[in-house]
Amino acid sequence: MSTAAIPYTVDARPDTGLNNVKLGIWLFLASEVMLFGSLFAGYILLRTGNPAWGAGSELLSIPLATLNTVVLITSSVTMVMAWVAAMERNLGKFRLFMGSTVALGAVFMVVKGFEYAAKFEHHHPPAYSTFMACYFTFTGLHALHVFAGMAVNFYFGFPGAKMMQTDPQQFANRVETAGLFWHFVDLVWIFLFPVLYLLNFGPPAAH
Amino acid sequence: MDATAGHGHEIDLKKHVRTYLLVFGSLMVLTLVTVGLKYLHLPTVPAILVALAIALVKGSLVACYFMHLISERKLILILMLATVFFFFGVLLGPTLTELNEINPIH
Repeated sequence: MSTAAIPYTVDARPDTGLNNVKLGIWLFLASEVMLFGSLFAGYILLRTGNPAWGAGSELLSIPLATLNTVVLITSSVTMVMAWVAAMERNLGKFRLFMGSTVALGAVFMVVKGFEYAAKFEHHHPPAYSTFMACYFTFTGLHALHVFAGMAVNFYFGFPGAKMMQTDPQQFANRVETAGLFWHFVDLVWIFLFPVLYLLNFGPPAAH
Repeated sequence: MDATAGHGHEIDLKKHVRTYLLVFGSLMVLTLVTVGLKYLHLPTVPAILVALAIALVKGSLVACYFMHLISERKLILILMLATVFFFFGVLLGPTLTELNEINPIH
């Protein structure tokens, strides 16, 4: 009895012009766009449908969020540099950049942890308001993505990096795929940052 | 983005690195601009439009250069265009259809 297996090919398929892993990750990212899109839709509907929307951005820390934006953008650059190193088959350089990407992801999570702790300390948990519920939902889901990306990047950066010797092109394709996910996570934050931290005006202050 | 080892390939990667660093610089500047605008206290509608326009430029830079969308195959571009279409459908559909029910405009 033989088992049917789809062979892994590093070359582009003649019908799609792409290798399978790249088509797969872009389809996955398309589904992710819809996931975050539905959350943004819910947020817009809640916000526009509520004339008595309470305090929003003023409850959040813009300096911490700006720091996290800088951290995440920098991690996107180190990620893409890791891909360049994988293409050059330079293991030392690759590990340096991939390690930096994972470390910057960890910095993002630690800063987010401080932010969350401050919210609870100041009695602003998710139940405080619709805005805080949205804030925790958005940033919590985003943080889960950062964590997942860190786990994948750590695997490719360290235990999984052996493949650079055995099958360098397949390895470079894997790193590019992990990079596409990581950049997407960065892209989501680029929109979350202004929407949550900069644009959520409360009602006009009563004088 | 598949490449084979060789001299031309090395030059190609060096060009990539220069682009990545330029995009990085632009993203940092745009981040500072968007935060700075917050402190200008613009009226609500211009503030939202400007901040979202800057986010759109930043997001496009990440997608085009870090995610290589600018040099990607047509199939991926078609897939992403379809995604953007449905994304705006999901984003605006509920608000445009339900808003008048929730908060009637007289």
